[in-house]
Amino acid sequence: MKTTPVIAAAATLVLASALVSCSAGGDEADGGGGDGSDATNCTNTITKDDLPVVTMWAWYPNMELVVDNFNEASDDVQVCWTNAGAGGDAYDKFQTAISAGSGAPDVMMVEADRIPTFQVQDALVDLSDLGYEDVKANFSDGAWKDVSVGDAVYGAPVDGGPMGMIYRTDIFDQYGVTPPTTWAELETTAQALKDAGGPVFASFAANQPATTTAYFYGNGAEPFTYDPSSEGEIGINLNSPEIKEVLDYWDGLVDKELVGTEDQFTPEYIAGVIGGDYATYLSAAWAPGYLQGAGVGEGADAGVWAAAPMPQWDTADSVAINWGGSAFVVSSQAQDPELAAKAAFGVYADPASLDDGWQNQIIFPLNVGVLDSPEFQDYEVPFFSGQQANKEVYVPAANAYTGMTYTPLGQYYYSALTNQIAAIIDGSATGSEAADALQADVVAYAEEQGFTVK
Amino acid sequence: MTATLASAVPTKRRRSVTARQNLTGWLFVGPFGIVFLALLVLPIGFALYLSMFQKSMIGGTKFVLFGNYLKAFSDPSFLDGVWFVIRFSLVLIPLQMAVSLAIALILDIVITRYARFSRLMIFLPYAIPTVIGALMWGFLYSDNFGPLAEIFEAFGQSAPDFLSSSLIFYGLLNIVTWQWAGYYMIIIYAALQGIDPTLYEAARIDGASQWQIVLRIKIPLLTPALLLILVFALIGTLQFFNEPQILQQLAAGAIPNDFTPNMYAYQQAFSLANYNYGATISFALAAVVFVCVYIFLFATRKRGSFTS
Repeated sequence: MKTTPVIAAAATLVLASALVSCSAGGDEADGGGGDGSDATNCTNTITKDDLPVVTMWAWYPNMELVVDNFNEASDDVQVCWTNAGAGGDAYDKFQTAISAGSGAPDVMMVEADRIPTFQVQDALVDLSDLGYEDVKANFSDGAWKDVSVGDAVYGAPVDGGPMGMIYRTDIFDQYGVTPPTTWAELETTAQALKDAGGPVFASFAANQPATTTAYFYGNGAEPFTYDPSSEGEIGINLNSPEIKEVLDYWDGLVDKELVGTEDQFTPEYIAGVIGGDYATYLSAAWAPGYLQGAGVGEGADAGVWAAAPMPQWDTADSVAINWGGSAFVVSSQAQDPELAAKAAFGVYADPASLDDGWQNQIIFPLNVGVLDSPEFQDYEVPFFSGQQANKEVYVPAANAYTGMTYTPLGQYYYSALTNQIAAIIDGSATGSEAADALQADVVAYAEEQGFTVK
Repeated sequence: MTATLASAVPTKRRRSVTARQNLTGWLFVGPFGIVFLALLVLPIGFALYLSMFQKSMIGGTKFVLFGNYLKAFSDPSFLDGVWFVIRFSLVLIPLQMAVSLAIALILDIVITRYARFSRLMIFLPYAIPTVIGALMWGFLYSDNFGPLAEIFEAFGQSAPDFLSSSLIFYGLLNIVTWQWAGYYMIIIYAALQGIDPTLYEAARIDGASQWQIVLRIKIPLLTPALLLILVFALIGTLQFFNEPQILQQLAAGAIPNDFTPNMYAYQQAFSLANYNYGATISFALAAVVFVCVYIFLFATRKRGSFTS
């Protein structure tokens, strides 16, 4: 009878102290900036203990080697690297750290289309005066535009995704067709394939808003204009004639059942690619590496792949488009932005790391030193049975690429575009109707977020 | 004088006994109380606080009191999501209850050594985490991996695509029924075991058939258990999240980000970084759940015994 309260009291005490120690732990981490910039918890081993340390989140598959290369060569800063998950997982953590005001790493790998979303929250450091001039010549203007918001540069470009058409030579040979050079030709080729009982030609997927946006640019559309110095003004042109033409075109292909409509990047889709359900894959330069990682080109479908340039609306005025690509940004929570910028520009910029990246098909580098090198240009890509795909398809596309305008509305825009692609696929909207609905949806969101829509 | 003194002492002692009892009581409640406050009341209070501010990319955060709620209840994304989960509940819950009730009644009557095994097997889906269950069904529905395609092919038909926007309703209906029917079956089965067997005996002596025993004795006596299940199912279904969130990876077109209110709250908070509106959606959903459950309990107040 008498012991019970004692036990209860003890239990309460233990629990209370556990809670207190939890919050104390939190405070302690605050001093160091949370787990993100906790430099004692690196995946890599830092050998030069006396140098200042910059924390970094990145998910390139060969990141361990890349970081070691950087640290070995650097005499004034060391990188402490953690893999905080790929893409969405890492962004959610970064976003939470931004909202919380602490816990973000000094340097973070992001895809270029995310930069304005973080920039508008003052989460990124302008790199224009922190080493940009020194490396400016290493990248094309298009590459720089993708990591810039207005006149300010927020990212150090690493890799990109110039688009091309991967196609199956066995299917093309069987039905006697050649790679189309224009979108109109693509439709007739696809129709010919279908009439002869062949597979669908390509895929139009609701979960690929970024690809679809690249198609918009391919027709000369300029979906957004945005300059953060203009006090919240934004231009939204999602129902322009160019975009309507693109969406109506794909709507037509869907109606005639010339393209598949399953989501991409699913096991189902990959099984279809291996099984020859699609004659082509309109994709980016990183796609061969991705497909190989997923098991494509190893079994019955080995040696049947080849690459060709993207179809054009007008071959006399061809446009190079891009899908994906990442850069290193410096977080405004970085204690020493100058050192962090040094790391952001220096990591994955040395020849050894870049060579490892492209030779193992992990990245398509944007560094013009690599793009122009004979080894890269003449490389006979094993996935394409020795075709010099870099020289023939991807390098010209990368060089001709002029960049896109990304905005802080990017996340919402992708979600809204996914809904409209779904509407086109299930037949509840035509391409033009979808473009009008998309425009109305994104404009409403922009106004709600306090932007002035021009 | 002596009388007052004599009465004063016991009162004092009684008071200190009460005080000690009070203290003991607080010590018992303490551990739970701390966890309850720290992990439930505080976060809810903070979410309520968040939901009173409006955050925009340009112009920052401002206090709007209930402005966000006015917006939520005129936001088609939220309202369509609510309408979806209500429709889904109206179809799912009767179906689920019919299935679990039928199985429980059969297992109650059949007394062979397979009954135990069947019970376990029917309960098994509930033991599988919902995330894994959803992933698994994603594969079963698949055209390239799933058995559906082969079965339909044998009859020269093409399999229905349960991940398309027109059939996703039924695809999800099947997954949730599969997952939860076993759990509800166990609850009903346990309630059946609690019924006094002499009632069956008496009914049989009166000439009641097996069928009549089920309809006239078992089901009426199961009403409290059935109502309990109904409330569980209603609350759970209105908060629908796991299965559509997982299947979205396979069917982004059929399952948009505002498919259910909880998914919409998730998108607002974690993908669009608008914690304020995310919190608002959560609270607005809680209000909808409260109203639905209240209407339901009010409608069944005479029949249910667990509510009184």
